[in-house]
Amino acid sequence: MGKRWTNRIALGVLWLCGLTTVVVLGAVIVYVFVRGIGQITPEFIFTAPHGVNAEGGIGPTIVATIYVTGLAMLIVTPIAVLAAVYLAEYAVQGRLVNIIRFAADTLASVPSIVMGLFGFALFYEAMGLGFSVLSGALALSFLMLPIVMRATEEAIRAVPRFIRWGSYGLGASKWQTVSKIVLPSAMPRILTGLILAMGRAVGETAVVIFTMGQAIYTPISPLDPGRSMTVHLYTLAMEGINMDAAYGTALLLMVMILLFNVSARWLAARNRRLKG
Amino acid sequence: MTEPEQAGSERVNGGLKMMSRATYVREALLKNLFLLCAIVAVAAVALIFVFTIARGWEVVKDPGLAAFLGGAEWSSTLGRFGILPLVAGTLAITLGSLVLGAPLAIGTAIFLSEIASPRMRSIVRPAVEMLAGVPSVVYGFFGLVILRPIVAEITGGMGFGTLTASVILAVMIVPTIATLTEDALGSVPSGIREASYAMGATTWQTIYKVLLPAAKIGIIDATILGMGRAIGETMAVVMVAGNAPQFFKGLGAPIATLTSQIVIDMSYATGTHKTALFGLAIILFLISMGLVALVRALSRLNEKKA
Amino acid sequence: MTTTPVTAQTDSTEGVAKFSVRGLDFYYGDFHALTGITIDVAENAVTAFIGPSGCGKSTFLRCLNRMNDLIPGTRIEGRITLDGADIYGPGVDPVDLRRRVGMIFQQPNPFPMSIYDNVAFGPRLHGVKKKEELDGIVEQALVRANLWKEVKDIMGRGGLTLSGGQQQRLCIARVLAVQPDVLLMDEPCSAIDPTSVQKVEDLMAELKSSVTIIIVTHNMQQAARVSDETAFFLQERQGEPAELIEFARTAEIFTSPHDRRTEDYITGRFG
Repeated sequence: MGKRWTNRIALGVLWLCGLTTVVVLGAVIVYVFVRGIGQITPEFIFTAPHGVNAEGGIGPTIVATIYVTGLAMLIVTPIAVLAAVYLAEYAVQGRLVNIIRFAADTLASVPSIVMGLFGFALFYEAMGLGFSVLSGALALSFLMLPIVMRATEEAIRAVPRFIRWGSYGLGASKWQTVSKIVLPSAMPRILTGLILAMGRAVGETAVVIFTMGQAIYTPISPLDPGRSMTVHLYTLAMEGINMDAAYGTALLLMVMILLFNVSARWLAARNRRLKG
Repeated sequence: MTEPEQAGSERVNGGLKMMSRATYVREALLKNLFLLCAIVAVAAVALIFVFTIARGWEVVKDPGLAAFLGGAEWSSTLGRFGILPLVAGTLAITLGSLVLGAPLAIGTAIFLSEIASPRMRSIVRPAVEMLAGVPSVVYGFFGLVILRPIVAEITGGMGFGTLTASVILAVMIVPTIATLTEDALGSVPSGIREASYAMGATTWQTIYKVLLPAAKIGIIDATILGMGRAIGETMAVVMVAGNAPQFFKGLGAPIATLTSQIVIDMSYATGTHKTALFGLAIILFLISMGLVALVRALSRLNEKKA
Repeated sequence: MTTTPVTAQTDSTEGVAKFSVRGLDFYYGDFHALTGITIDVAENAVTAFIGPSGCGKSTFLRCLNRMNDLIPGTRIEGRITLDGADIYGPGVDPVDLRRRVGMIFQQPNPFPMSIYDNVAFGPRLHGVKKKEELDGIVEQALVRANLWKEVKDIMGRGGLTLSGGQQQRLCIARVLAVQPDVLLMDEPCSAIDPTSVQKVEDLMAELKSSVTIIIVTHNMQQAARVSDETAFFLQERQGEPAELIEFARTAEIFTSPHDRRTEDYITGRFG
């Protein structure tokens, strides 16, 4: 009876697929962790690199990474959330909505290198912002816009219709309903989306390399240049100098990304518990 | 309760309040503000397109459209900017990553949606999602220090090239394809599954004969978007491809792609060379827009059928 | 078979008409949902709308506080007046109308916030800010909704932690807190347990001295128990608009209906 054996073999292969993804993730994490953990000292985190081999720490790159991500967040959040409010609450399905959605989908799939070149052309060349945290944040906000928009729209759509009716039935206006009932109910999922978008921004390289530059510098003003952790890792790895610092940087990057992921996950789980 | 009298409102007979001008104006203003924000998304795409084109369109003058699109050599020292070797490189590693990554991703999705116990699922699904979050430089770094030496053993040479890049990219597109495929499988009505099992089909027969055909369009969509990710991926490729703009000479030979060439050249390009790099960006932009349009057309087709 | 439009309400009105509807037609886009509705709803009484599901009774109810405005592509013809004023008249604020004409839905829909905040939501919207004043309104509304005793010690708890029946009474309290003249109830008891149904029905009897109540129900016994007057709606054929077939005192409808179709429905011959 071949049917049973075919079934067993096929299911075995599918199991293998599922496990492979876990193993690959585990391998990346474990490897980076094992090789990088020895590097992580207060000195590594807080001091600047120096010398031809970039000895010392990576402090300025951490500052630049957090700075540019935070600024991008400030720029993108209001626009993306309000745009999603329009799509989910106000828009009448039609041509305009279709165009907006197509644009958002396209924006989400534009390769980050194109985003980087565009950011260079617009913010560096045309607007004269130079290599700066501001240029980087503006370019990153283009990258994050569709992510936050989609997460917010889904979060708003997940708010049950009859809760809205309750509010309208009490004589609340549209804006009162949206601001007092819909957005607070959707908030945990919106935050999850924001956190994931921040994770994307922290891990992004091609966009910031052409907008924030590669100079090792601790940015204070938004017009200062800076080198992100990802660009630092890229430079160390490609030039083959100070691989120890490269491992350390990779580990810190992974830790940050994992933290973002775990907190987003925790928020989503907590939200499910409260609702359920 | 005190009767709250809104400014500017008046009463008609029977006590029905007229909509106050202030309320009306405020609601209309807010709506238009939100619309404006939504239009920013459209404007952003337009802006990217316009600026990239503005900086890149002169490739039609120098080196000329035919030399750009049809040229078989990319060499900044010789001033030749033909994209064919880069297109070939992109094709090679995209194909390679799809061959390796798509089956793995689709298999993972089927595993998650049809086979795994809730407990297994709670391990594998987060792993898949986290694979999506790993920065591309970390993948590139991992490929450079771990995979490259292994490939060098197998193929000889330095280990930079199509094979290493394909393997790394394969891992990177797994989350995209797996998540979307799982969605597609999840939207197959469960009655269909039950009907199949009720006729005595095994799990595999149900998957192969019923579920996969039912979710076909969704899986194709997922693969197309995974392909888009592979074509557009940059940093990981730069770190392992070897970055020699030459046609495919074997799995272990270095190549360059549309994206990697931009990163490598951007730091020193000027004049025509820089224009040509923006030309590459235009092509990448058009490809990704085309793929999105394709996916949308496919899902419309799917909706019509359903 | 032609149907004569129902205008007969002469012997059934007691007191003043709260809502007066004349020749109402309603459309969802191209779909003609209701036609020729003419009815006078009495003040401070309970009026029940009955009929088989899909007969347009909920749609009609939602015309009375312009909830249908929220659905794009809906259109209305004819005239509805509340205390003599045209509610679809030019410039009338649907938002203020909905404050005066409160609505209870089939599914209890407390907001995801505390019990107190649920009830205080409406008054706050309409400008009440002072704590003592709000406390008073909230208590009074909960007392009127017969929920005060059960929740007075747990006002800070989430509204969603209450049982289904309590949630529905919380929603009633929430509406009462904005002091509506009219309460529209759209199958308010179909999603809650039988004990709670009893409580909600008792509540309606208590409230009708101060509030005009209109209830949509598919439960004929409930209509017979709680209402003073009953209107029977029917969509005779698929694709055709629904009509008001008969409107009279509840006792009359259930004992000696004039229309053959009403009788068929009451006696369970279809529906």
